[in-house]
Amino acid sequence: MALAFDEYGRPFIILREQESKSRLRGIDAQKANISAGVAVSRILRTSLGPKGMDKMLQSPDGDITITNDGATILEQMDVDNQIGKLMVELSRSQDYEIGDGTTGVVVLAGALLEQAEKLLERGIHPIRVAEGFEISSKMAVDHLEKISHKFDFSATNIEPLVQTCMTTLSSKIVNRCKRSLAEIAVKGVMAVADLERKDVNLDLIKVEGKVGGKLEDTELVYGIIVDKDMSHPQMPKQIEDAKIAILTCPFEPPKPKTKHKVDIDTVEKFQTLRKQEQQYFDDMVQQCKDVGATLVICQWGFDDEANHLLMHRNLPAVRWVGGVELELIAIATGGRIVPRFQELTTEKLGKAGLVREKAFGTTKDRMLYIEHCANSKAVTIFIRGGNKMMIEETKRSIHDALCVARNLIRNNSIVYGGGAAEISCSIAVEAAADKYPGVEQYAIRAFADALDSVPMALAENSGLQPIETVSAVKAQQIKENNHCCGIDCNDTGTNDMREQNVFETLIGKQQQILLATQVVKMILKIDDVISPTEY
Amino acid sequence: MAVEKLFKDEATEEKGERARMASFVGAMAIADLVKTTLGPKGMDKILQSTGRGHSVTVTNDGATILKSLHIDNPAAKVLIDISKVQDDEVGDGTTSVVVLAGELLREAEKLVGSKIHPMTIISGFRMAADCARKALLDRVNDNKDDASKFRLDLMRIAKTTLSSKILSQDKEHFAKLAVDAVMRLKGSTNLESIQIIKKAGGSLKDSFLDEGFILDKKIGLGQPKRIENANILVANTAMDTDKVKIYGARVRVDSMAKVAQIEGAEKEKMREKVQKIIGHGINCFVNRQLIYNFPEELFADAGILAIEHADFEGIERLALVTGGEIASTFDNPESVKLGHCKLIEEIMIGEDKLIHFSGVEMGQACTIVLRGASFHVLDEAERSLHDALCVLSQTVNDSRVLLGGGWPEMVMAKAVDELARKTPGKKSHAIEAFSRALIAIPTTIADNAGLDSAELVAQLRAEHHKEDSNAGIDVITGTVGDMSELGISEAFKVKQAVLLSATEAAEMILRVDEIITCAPRRREDRM
Repeated sequence: MALAFDEYGRPFIILREQESKSRLRGIDAQKANISAGVAVSRILRTSLGPKGMDKMLQSPDGDITITNDGATILEQMDVDNQIGKLMVELSRSQDYEIGDGTTGVVVLAGALLEQAEKLLERGIHPIRVAEGFEISSKMAVDHLEKISHKFDFSATNIEPLVQTCMTTLSSKIVNRCKRSLAEIAVKGVMAVADLERKDVNLDLIKVEGKVGGKLEDTELVYGIIVDKDMSHPQMPKQIEDAKIAILTCPFEPPKPKTKHKVDIDTVEKFQTLRKQEQQYFDDMVQQCKDVGATLVICQWGFDDEANHLLMHRNLPAVRWVGGVELELIAIATGGRIVPRFQELTTEKLGKAGLVREKAFGTTKDRMLYIEHCANSKAVTIFIRGGNKMMIEETKRSIHDALCVARNLIRNNSIVYGGGAAEISCSIAVEAAADKYPGVEQYAIRAFADALDSVPMALAENSGLQPIETVSAVKAQQIKENNHCCGIDCNDTGTNDMREQNVFETLIGKQQQILLATQVVKMILKIDDVISPTEY
Repeated sequence: MAVEKLFKDEATEEKGERARMASFVGAMAIADLVKTTLGPKGMDKILQSTGRGHSVTVTNDGATILKSLHIDNPAAKVLIDISKVQDDEVGDGTTSVVVLAGELLREAEKLVGSKIHPMTIISGFRMAADCARKALLDRVNDNKDDASKFRLDLMRIAKTTLSSKILSQDKEHFAKLAVDAVMRLKGSTNLESIQIIKKAGGSLKDSFLDEGFILDKKIGLGQPKRIENANILVANTAMDTDKVKIYGARVRVDSMAKVAQIEGAEKEKMREKVQKIIGHGINCFVNRQLIYNFPEELFADAGILAIEHADFEGIERLALVTGGEIASTFDNPESVKLGHCKLIEEIMIGEDKLIHFSGVEMGQACTIVLRGASFHVLDEAERSLHDALCVLSQTVNDSRVLLGGGWPEMVMAKAVDELARKTPGKKSHAIEAFSRALIAIPTTIADNAGLDSAELVAQLRAEHHKEDSNAGIDVITGTVGDMSELGISEAFKVKQAVLLSATEAAEMILRVDEIITCAPRRREDRM
């Protein structure tokens, strides 16, 4: 423990309650941090690639999640170690930025840390290692740019997009019907994409799940599905050419926000108040009817009386619709959300070709489909599956696929998957290393080795001999000068990824390398860990 | 240097083989638990709840058993979940799905033991499941166009479903009940409109289906007990004190006289309301909410039957049955649709008085009154009947029918076996294992019936080697018999759901190679 003494030999207290804190310094601190980081990445390593395994996570409340999505695993893992938390953050930021490759980024960071440890043992200063990594990550990113392909797609030719989404989905449990799911994801993204601006707002794609049925029944609905039913059991279950009033005010007498009291002290007042009340309900329904609405969707509840009046006037209504769904409905139907009855006008109504209620299974499960909307810019992906965990995992997989499709629309450059891009980068970085004077050369070489670890893990998970396979592929890439060679995970007989149609997005890969390097740099720079011991 | 602690204190992590082991063992334990309830000679379980009163349930419904278990093993939870979904989706086969998933995992464990990678097993299972489904599709029977044959199919399915339950003694009777009830639904799967009333006393045989509607409520005091050609108004409105709904309103008075005035006004208001209701020209009024004495008296004076506190489901069903609408305002009597029925009367079942609506217009809803010796029997009878109703209502929509008694499993096993022979590579082991898991179901049925399962299943297999065999296990005589002659049928939809979700669950558990359990959330001791 660090103790400082003054000129008389008395100890200074530098940290408060020094004894009760544990402290690691210098090389020990770095090693401890590295080993923690590596431990996290080792957990994820087996989930990488199409033959990767899943993890089963039990939450503090006993709920089960089964997934092989890196970000989800780490998030639910309840990591206590500080460096472990950094790795969790790393995976999360990849998820937010790109949406896919969350496992790969952690595996890469782990490999970099392993390499760094070796260099530290040789006595190279951590900062030099970090700088070397920084230089090489730039080289790798530039190299990726060089080997990337632009590929063409258009609103009519979505095949390339589907192929890329299939690569993403093939590592998930849903790979049984990856083709149809990939198509659903791509069509969904294309429906909401703004191809001119190259932008996709994923908020417009709603992913809704319901247990039961088979995975093959998953469908893309050009419209909105709301998990609600009509407010009155006897309202019509199907409305064609609906004109929808979207309200955020309840069908109840108004409640002014200022505090007030209505004092009733005479019989007359009592009676006028009663009339007034009836008037309110009548007016509200009448106003909806007057503007020509044939369906009312409301964020709040209805009073029994209002409910009956609506039913009576033949105006179907849906109550307690959530805010997000309300917005989506407004976007899809081209309507406006109306906060007050007085502001209802015909122009503010949304239009939908068909609104219907659909029942599922044997229990009283009904959902409301709003289809053929005026503005088909909002879609819903409706997932069916055997059990709750399956639905959750499918949701996550679809999310990944959606992100990939979106990234491709933003930037249509791709690199080849199956470890091909990593191997190619590794070769490039290795070659550049020798030209570099100074200690960094070692770090750059180590970086190249670390890049190999991703294809290595892929090969290992696919049951191949890792070292043999990776070195063979590497040799092939150099010999044929073909950067498309990767690991043949599915045992198809060729390791040319172009033939196997295994693509990944350029920005996804670049982001992986940049993020991993950044985190490793951060970890390497820590030389003092002060933590309070158990209290 | 040792890795520092990565997780929180009580979190545990299990890796690789150990993790796989833990999930296999857990899943198989669950499967074995419900295994003995499978088939017509399956046994029941007693479940005692830990809650207050330690209430007891006796059942052999897989979903009910599994729902009440407190399980810590994560893989076991997956199985419980599929059973729950099976219950929600098709209503029956909740035990079979768990047993099949358990058998698949048992076979998978052997394969993993002989060093076959889980991913290979999964791809084998998938091929096998596909093939099995096709085999079933080839052999389905569809009698949708022939009404009388279709009804026979339904009867058979109902009997098959009921034969494994407590109702098996009177399955003929109950099958008829269930089929009649479902046929009235006319294709809708909404079982809400079939009401089941349980009344202890009498024997199960005394249960009956009533074409009308029975409401478990009492008729108000001094009101007619029998009405012919009733006009019914179904309402959901406050009949106690009609509150002023405007926010912030309150009564503030300065003298007793005023209180009396306001009270008078309130009374007047209620009287008006009642007058309006009477103005609809009705002679029966059913309200969801309470009816206070004062309005009740008014109704009695007008000779109107008033029923209070019928719950949501009650009025919804009643509205459905009588064809009226549920009203909450009464200002335009001419446009409110009233419900009609021929006769309303108070009837006695056991010691309880119920209100019986008969001769209703819309024949969609009906009521089944269950009688039985004890509440446990009644509860179990209700669950069994519910299973049968679910299956039947699904079958009405998807009228494809299969034979029962282990026949579908044998058909699938045969097709899968053939596939295994044709498939090169390690996958064929997995496919073969799949067929073994399928055969485990007839084996279990035979075992539970105390029969020589090895002998019977071998015979069955030989039978099935012939083309188009209808052989299955006849549990009653303990031999292999012709299922189409014995009239044992099952719905295709149920079998398909069992097959697919069991495979999906097994696949899911197989893919896991690591289990991370978070520290359980601390609960404050409530003792």
